[in-house]
Order: sequence, then C-alpha cells, then structure tokens
Amino acid sequence: MSAVPSSLHYVQEHHPEISAVPSSRYYVREHHPENGTLLGFWLYLMSDCLVFACLFATYAVLGRNYAGGPTGAELFDLPLVALNTALLLLSSITYGFAMLEMQRKRLRSTLIWLAVTGVLGACFIGFELYEFAHLIHEGAGPQRSGFLTSFFALVGTHGLHVSFGIIWLVTLMFQLNRHGLTPENSRRLMCLSMFWHFLDVVWIGVFTFVYLMGVLP
Amino acid sequence: MSGHQQHPAHVVQHGHDDHHLQADHGSLKSYVTGFLLAVILTAIPFWLVMGKVFDKSSTTGLVLLGFAAVQIVVHMVYFLHMNTKSEGGWSMLALIFTVMLVVIMLSGSIWVMYHLNHNMMPGMMSESMQEAMPESMHEMDHMQHQMPETHEMNNMHKMP
Repeated sequence: MSAVPSSLHYVQEHHPEISAVPSSRYYVREHHPENGTLLGFWLYLMSDCLVFACLFATYAVLGRNYAGGPTGAELFDLPLVALNTALLLLSSITYGFAMLEMQRKRLRSTLIWLAVTGVLGACFIGFELYEFAHLIHEGAGPQRSGFLTSFFALVGTHGLHVSFGIIWLVTLMFQLNRHGLTPENSRRLMCLSMFWHFLDVVWIGVFTFVYLMGVLP
Repeated sequence: MSGHQQHPAHVVQHGHDDHHLQADHGSLKSYVTGFLLAVILTAIPFWLVMGKVFDKSSTTGLVLLGFAAVQIVVHMVYFLHMNTKSEGGWSMLALIFTVMLVVIMLSGSIWVMYHLNHNMMPGMMSESMQEAMPESMHEMDHMQHQMPETHEMNNMHKMP
C-alpha cells in the first residue's frame, strides 16, 4: 500500500501547481467504510451474545436441578440432536454459497441457495418443535424443574432466533425478486449472513454444553 | 480508491467498485474447508459421548469444551471471516470485549452460585458463624411469638 492515497497521487500528477498537498505524515491510513451498517450489526450480534451468555449461565447453575424429575440422560435423543446439528451446519455453508453467488452478481443462483438455506432452517425448527412437544407430552415441560426451565429458555430462545432468521430470509428473497441485487439488498444479505453464522456458533455451545454434557452422569 | 485488503484465502479475484462493501468475504475453498473442519469437530464429540469413550465425566466434559472452543474459532474464521483488519480492527475488538464479558458472566455465575449452594446447606455452618448465630436466633424466637399465625401469611399467595 502506498503511503499517500491514490487520490493525492492524482492531484500531485495532474495539478503540480498545487503545492499545498500535505505530506503523508498527516494522513490517516485506515479506510473508513462509507456505510457503518455492517459494524453496527456486528455490535448488535455481540449484544445478542450477552443475552445467550445469561441463558447459558442460568443453565450452568440450574442444569442439574432435576427436582426429582427426569434428567438429561433420560430425555435427550442424541441422534436427533446430531441430525439437527448437521442441518444447521449445512445451512451455514449453503448460505455461504448464496453469498458467493451474490458477489458474482448471479441473482437466480443466489435465490436458489437462499431457498435451500431456508428449507434446512425450517427442518431444524420442525425437528426442534417435535422434540419440545414430545418432552412436554412426557411431563418434562419447562415447569417441571429448574433444569427443564433453563433448558427450554436457552434452546427455545435459540430456536426463536432461527425462526426470525428464516422470516428475514424469506423477506429478503421477495425483495431480491423485486429489486434485484442492489447495494442495499447486498448489505442486508451480509447482515443476515452474520446473523445466520452466529446462530450456528451459539448452537455449538448448545449441543456441547446442554445436550452432550447433559447426558453425562 | 481504497487500498486493496489482503485476502489470504482468496481464490476468485474481483475488483472493488465504489459500492463494494468493506467486508471480507470468503471463497468456495474457504467455505468447504471450514465446513469439513466443523463436521470433524462435531463428529468427534458426539462419538466421545455416545460411545462412552472416557471413564470420567469430567474428562469428557473438558474435552468437549475444548472441541467446542476450537469449532467456534473455525466458524469465526471460515464463515464469519473474522480477522484483525475488518472495520479497522473494531470487529475484533468488539469480539474480544464480548468474549471477556461472557467469560466473566459464566465463570462468575457458576462460582458464586456453587459457593452459595454449598454455604447455605444445613449443618454446613462454620464455627465463626455458630458464634454469631445464637444472638440472632434469640431474636427470631421472640419474633415468632409476636407474629400472628403464619397460616394467615399463606393467604397472601391468593392475592392478585
């Protein structure tokens, strides 16, 4: 990278009469983005991390308070959790593919990969709702014990986030259909990209801390 | 025009136009690499638990946490393109700050609540507490005689 920005090069070359070009010492080298949305959204995601941290902390404290009720080892269906983990991980990479297509300005391919991501996410939610319904049916609802309250709060909040992500994804697909790959839509897709990958990061915490460690004696 | 940021994982070369977002983005290779790493880092923990590989739960637990930490880093690098340059380093700074807060919240909660549970258990009082207790216990005895029947207190639950 040159010490003097290229815009100053232009001035120096084409307008040598201007001697008031300041030296590079006074120039800030970092480039400020024109739009602060991406950093702003990242900061929001960091605050969302703190919400999940609270829920994780609650589960850490209450996770063994069974109140004489069922334990994680008795309740958790690990193969189902493995399937859900696979679905969410796959949806992360399909969203990555959507972003690659977006950069190549290919609207149709972008929409296809977004649709695949949405379907994978919907399957994830579907299986999770089935799991919750089954637990409640077995009498292991959120009111049964501290363990189950914190479980439903944490995993439920994550599921809510995924659901909102899916709604946002569908909305963006409609917008893309209508307006195409405009800069605004691209920016929004990048925000959703960060959101979606972040949800997968939180799920790593959930399946490790809640499910896998929950079945350990 | 801005200087071109270095993209180590870049396979596809493309130009930066005025409207280009100041974000790092991946390539097919980086996404697939990240995905494969994540699959391995997921499969091993599941196998460790479902196959009951370790005898001690604490060993398994620690290993699981280790794998989770590594996989989170993999996600951050390969999917979220976390690096020290995006947004002039502010992304990384915000992340480090958040991680700090999360560590404090998690470890602090676990530490405090564990000790609270432990210290509140009946019969667990230390000698120094037993010396202090009798005085307050006497006060409590007096109070109980002066208080109305506690049954009335139970009716409070029905109040809206």
